Amino acid sequence: MGQGNGRRGNGSTAPAGDDLLLEVSGLKKFYPIRRGFLRKVVGHVRAVDDVSFDIRRGETLALVGESGCGKTTTSRCILRAISPTAGKILFKTDGGRVVDVATLPRERLRALRPQMQMIFQDPYSSLNPRMTILNIVGEPLLVNGVKNRQERIDRVEELLRLVGLRPEFMRRYPHAFSGGQRQRIGIARALALNPSLVVADEPVSALDVSVQAQILNLLLDLQERLGLTYLFVAHDLSVVKHLSDRVAVMYVGKIVELAERDQLFAAPKHPYTAALLSAVPKPDPRARSRRQPLRGEVANPAAPPSGCYFHPRCPYAIDICATDAPAFEEIVPGQWAACHRARELRLPGIALASSA
Amino acid sequence: MGDRVMGDGVIGDEGGGAVRAPLLSVRDLKTYFFQDDGMVKAVDGASFDVFAGKTLGIVGESGCGKSVTARSIMRIVDRPGRIVGGRILLRSAKGTGSNEIDLAQLNADGAQMRAINGGEIGLIFQEPMTSFSPVHTVGNQIVEAIRLHRAMGKQAARDRAIELLRLVGVPRPEGRVDEYAHQLSGGLRQRAMIAMALAADPKLLIADEPTTALDVTTQSQILNLLVDLQERNGMAIVLITHDLGVIAEMADDVVVMYLGRVVEEGPVDDIFHAPKHPYTRALLRSIPSVDSPPRRKLPTISGSIPHPYNRPPGCPFHTRCPDVMPGLCNVVEPPLVPVALGQMAACFLYPEVRAATAAPEPAAGGGRTPAPLLPTAVGRR
Repeated sequence: MGQGNGRRGNGSTAPAGDDLLLEVSGLKKFYPIRRGFLRKVVGHVRAVDDVSFDIRRGETLALVGESGCGKTTTSRCILRAISPTAGKILFKTDGGRVVDVATLPRERLRALRPQMQMIFQDPYSSLNPRMTILNIVGEPLLVNGVKNRQERIDRVEELLRLVGLRPEFMRRYPHAFSGGQRQRIGIARALALNPSLVVADEPVSALDVSVQAQILNLLLDLQERLGLTYLFVAHDLSVVKHLSDRVAVMYVGKIVELAERDQLFAAPKHPYTAALLSAVPKPDPRARSRRQPLRGEVANPAAPPSGCYFHPRCPYAIDICATDAPAFEEIVPGQWAACHRARELRLPGIALASSA
Repeated sequence: MGDRVMGDGVIGDEGGGAVRAPLLSVRDLKTYFFQDDGMVKAVDGASFDVFAGKTLGIVGESGCGKSVTARSIMRIVDRPGRIVGGRILLRSAKGTGSNEIDLAQLNADGAQMRAINGGEIGLIFQEPMTSFSPVHTVGNQIVEAIRLHRAMGKQAARDRAIELLRLVGVPRPEGRVDEYAHQLSGGLRQRAMIAMALAADPKLLIADEPTTALDVTTQSQILNLLVDLQERNGMAIVLITHDLGVIAEMADDVVVMYLGRVVEEGPVDDIFHAPKHPYTRALLRSIPSVDSPPRRKLPTISGSIPHPYNRPPGCPFHTRCPDVMPGLCNVVEPPLVPVALGQMAACFLYPEVRAATAAPEPAAGGGRTPAPLLPTAVGRR
């Protein structure tokens, strides 16, 4: 859909001259659909379909979208937990070299892993119940050559303090900890090898409201202290708004809008972004309004609609939307959208509280 | 929805001439779970009223007892849970107020309870996939629900099932009625679930986290649907959720629960704009909102929810409370009493609550002592 071209021409979705840690271009991940006795491939689920974006060093980029939009698949491709079908994932290593994660052979990938780590959604299933906290947090150290036990203990102690846990508890098992504490353990493990990129996939959505805030604060705090770069995958826009610098909105495998946080929330350029913003229930009964919810449901990525994937649900759709896929273009400086009418529509955003 | 929100505050209604009897009154409900390693007081003295045409929101975090409260009302608490005290009074619309049944006294498996469940009370669960049988069509399951409560022929019931599916916004209901649950998307399944709950025109709809498993755009469709249905048939809704945004959007009155206790209760506007209990206040402060300034540290509630087995003595929230008064909050359990017009709270910060327990007045200046460190608390920040 010309996404790659539009981007290349301009260089990047991030302002030029920035220190880019990650450059993703034309990323695709298709899953074959097989039918019949011979398991013939009859089609593809286009889970990620030509996605391009960059992440600057030290920033937080949020990938937002509803279930099945491809945000998790994208993040897994970046970590090479799964291999992409096509596309480039250029990552700047600590040594300053740029490598393509998408095609890196296994042995070289192993050397790269410490630099990109992941924080998982569910703190209950992501920690091995039969390992102590010391072993859980210390495992990445052991695997990466810290063979001296005392050295590992010291480092785990330091890590636990860093995430706000008492080191005395390192010999306990995960069941002794609450959800929020487990999430802290998961964060400590992710940080064990001093990664430069941390992919956080819905890190707070399994937590209680009162604990969410603690973890969000911790993530902000760690970023400040360690200069981390986050790729933050989430569906909750209020959490995204709180944590991110830039936001990419995905719909059925494609990025439909990418912009600086304030710009995206205040003046969205894609109707889907506007719909998402208005669908979030605001925690204020005085802000109630009779909303017009979107019609229909998220399109099937195995058989997406013609033209713009969003057109069957879009309140602003015109004829061209059903036939031609819109290009992903810079609508105003720093704000990219894939919509035929992005330049003419005045979409409602959210009035921003002063961020002073 | 505008007039639904501000125009007819519940207090005004009751203060006015015509005092309406609540459809459902829960009084001092206690549901305990008796397990080998101890007793869990899942619900420990909940009281609230539900009025026809109104939505009562029950909000709280995991383990606060909100779901068990709903299950107690429907008498579907699983063993080893048992209702050990309190009354659940359901008023029938027939007659003049004297038709009052205490659901807590009925046999949970008896004919009367079965007639009420699905008849006068409809239920929507969180996960619509597990609530439908995978081996029967959605239509047949709705038909079954209809015929259980209405004397209706098969064809008439099927027509009604189609009509119900149309009512809840399922497109092409004539076709969908013969599909299985797995053929429907999450949003459609939840709509079908609502259709089934509405099969016998319930007076009361209990919705337990009805939109938690859904995407935001689908969530707003379902919430709008519930509001539409309520405007149309005047049913009462008990909406159970952990999401304060959903509560703000939907509820007329709000019950805030913490560790099995109701800590605050009142009209939705007061709960959000004049919260009385420190827990409610802290909860509201700690949620990131799309309107709040970004990348700023959120005020947090320290620690985490205690395990139900070692529930702290006194006020259940005192271990995390910024306003804890040692010697009082950790000793005496504060009762839920009115502290403002239409608003009740269970907190010793209020003289009304202290008076109700004849608790000692706190020592001068004792109101702002920092919370003591709990021996069991790991990882406080």
